[in-house]
Amino acid sequence: MLKVENLHASVGDKEILRGINLEVKAGEVHAIMGPNGSGKSTLASVLAGNEKFTVTAGSVEYMGEDLMTLSIEERSRKGLFLGFQYPVEIPGVTMANFMKLAVNEHRKAKGLAPLTAAEYLRLMREKSAIVELDSKLTARSVNEGFSGGEKKKNEIFQMAMLDPKLAILDETDSGLDIDALRIVATGVTRLKREDNATVVITHYQRLLDYIVPDYVHVLYKGRIIYTGDKSLALKLEKEGYDWLINDYKEE
Amino acid sequence: MENETKNIINELEGSDYKYGFVTDIETDVIPKGLSEDVIRLISAKKQEPEWMLERRLKAYRHWLTLKHPNWAHLDIPEIDFQDVIYYAAPKQKPKLNSMDEVDPELKRTFDKLGIPLEEQMALAGVAVDAVMDSVSVKTTFRETLREKGIIFCSMSEAIREYPELIQKYLGSVVPYTDNFYAALNAAVFSDGSFCYIPKGVRCPMELSTYFRINAEGTGQFERTLIVADEGSYVSYLEGCTAPQRDENQLHAAVVEIVVERDADVKYSTVQNWYPGDKQGRGGVYNFVTKRGLCREGGHLSWTQVETGSAITWKYPSCVLLGDNSSGEFYSVALTNNYQQADTGTKMIHIGRNTRSRIVSKGISAGRSQNAYRGLVRVAKGAEGARNYSQCDSLLIGDKCGAHTFPVIESHNPTAVLEHEATTSKISEEQLFYCNQRGLSTEDAVGLIVGGYAREVIQQLPMEFAVEAQKLLSLSLEGSVG
Repeated sequence: MLKVENLHASVGDKEILRGINLEVKAGEVHAIMGPNGSGKSTLASVLAGNEKFTVTAGSVEYMGEDLMTLSIEERSRKGLFLGFQYPVEIPGVTMANFMKLAVNEHRKAKGLAPLTAAEYLRLMREKSAIVELDSKLTARSVNEGFSGGEKKKNEIFQMAMLDPKLAILDETDSGLDIDALRIVATGVTRLKREDNATVVITHYQRLLDYIVPDYVHVLYKGRIIYTGDKSLALKLEKEGYDWLINDYKEE
Repeated sequence: MENETKNIINELEGSDYKYGFVTDIETDVIPKGLSEDVIRLISAKKQEPEWMLERRLKAYRHWLTLKHPNWAHLDIPEIDFQDVIYYAAPKQKPKLNSMDEVDPELKRTFDKLGIPLEEQMALAGVAVDAVMDSVSVKTTFRETLREKGIIFCSMSEAIREYPELIQKYLGSVVPYTDNFYAALNAAVFSDGSFCYIPKGVRCPMELSTYFRINAEGTGQFERTLIVADEGSYVSYLEGCTAPQRDENQLHAAVVEIVVERDADVKYSTVQNWYPGDKQGRGGVYNFVTKRGLCREGGHLSWTQVETGSAITWKYPSCVLLGDNSSGEFYSVALTNNYQQADTGTKMIHIGRNTRSRIVSKGISAGRSQNAYRGLVRVAKGAEGARNYSQCDSLLIGDKCGAHTFPVIESHNPTAVLEHEATTSKISEEQLFYCNQRGLSTEDAVGLIVGGYAREVIQQLPMEFAVEAQKLLSLSLEGSVG
């Protein structure tokens, strides 16, 4: 589904990604961990197409296509979803309206007719239940005045609405209390299928108690320096990153 | 991305030839320039009574003593008032036989704006008798109004048919001495609308010039007078969201509204005149004076969505004369490319316990300049006056300008006046967020701008609101990315 080879990216003169290699197949869950400033969020942004970053080398294949030739919105319509670490506010635009436009753009790309108002309302009710999102929130402006937890739930709600092939969740767990964390993580798990994949970027292993990863990668200074299974996350939680980083330096 | 409106205008201008239309030098055009003789001629051609001519001449003589105003934050090229034609009989547009003959590009814009087919036909110049239902709709409309005693006709007709009302009210809110353009308009106004709602009558439908018979070609010096008698209500719509082609570069309209005791008037405008090309050439200059006078307990609400014209100079105002009267002003002014707008309102509190509310949303893109200018004045006797003003500016790109000139004059210590202002930009993060959810950048800008302007847009009558929303997106096409 996703094949990243030797990906380099920089912002201004500063190189942040320095040769990422990563392969994600359908049905898999990958976790990306690593200390602050290692390039986790940059990787997510570059895959989504954020123009703040310049890709200087490497290639990314997504569903058999060269991802880097696609615009941000084309990537989205082809099923790539980014859950934002800091969801953005759009004053005056209701969540319901925003998602209606998004859902219909996705349908248009698939050659489907736009949803009728009734169909759309039904879809919204069904999907907001997955993350126990208060239905009143969909009548409010996008992310405006949402609490931290509501914003993150809202990201997963949007994921549910758009039904992506590949979801990249950037620090979806940050700033969540334990109940919100459970709800968000359960939501993600319920959306998991054989034909889609999830990449979870996280600081803490506690999220991985709910979302069980097939692979755990450690990102450090713009490279994946180690890949393991779920037990790696537990070890990192206990011992920190130093042992890995030291090994890496010796290399 | 090309400027849509410009394209359509160009296409339209070219299409005169395509349809074999040749502009005859009509016999009913008087020579360029302005003099007492020209005014006598205008009055004679319109078969006006003597008193109307006298009024015009008085205004003209006063106008001669005035200088062109230059206090606005506008760069106005010198206008040669002797190079303007002040009277031309309604221009005959080339009549088309069916919608199939209408330029596909224009049709596409109509569809984008969601304008009903019948209205599209009228706007595109399809012969009215080809529009099956149009005549009957208008007739039904007129009959309903007549039953209620509502008068809705052209200003020329009103001068002939209702001289008492016109003599009483015309110029009572905006006298010819008010300003340079008000004087000019009073001297040479071509036509316009007159509307009278009798005591206690609630006008059952929105009045729009589209439904006024013989509404075509009201010309560049339009004069509108609305009189809402005691306890009546009317909602009046001016303008149209479709791109209007106009050969007249100079527009100086006057709108007067009389709100009698406990009456309620809602006046909505969507203005989308030709803004000029991308370099700012050839757009309309729009110098408008709009004012309403509220007597005791009267209420007047102005809502405007301004996206057109090269230069806009316009301050719909409320004189809150009667106790407990109230005024509102909701405005979205969008400028792109080289457009300039200096617009806002005046709220003059004279009566006791008068209230006013101002919500102004400026949107600047391209190299345009957008100014809000407002005056809230509380007179000495206006005990307990209240005003709330909110002036927001949204910038798109880094070559445009937004300016606010709010003036508050309070002569009464009991007045409570609040003012809030914000300036914001459409952020890269907002666009990225929308793009990531599958929206194109243009749709995203439209959505964000629509959200920003929502508080004003929702004041508009329903169908108008939908069109206005789309118009905002359309006017911004190509301004980002």
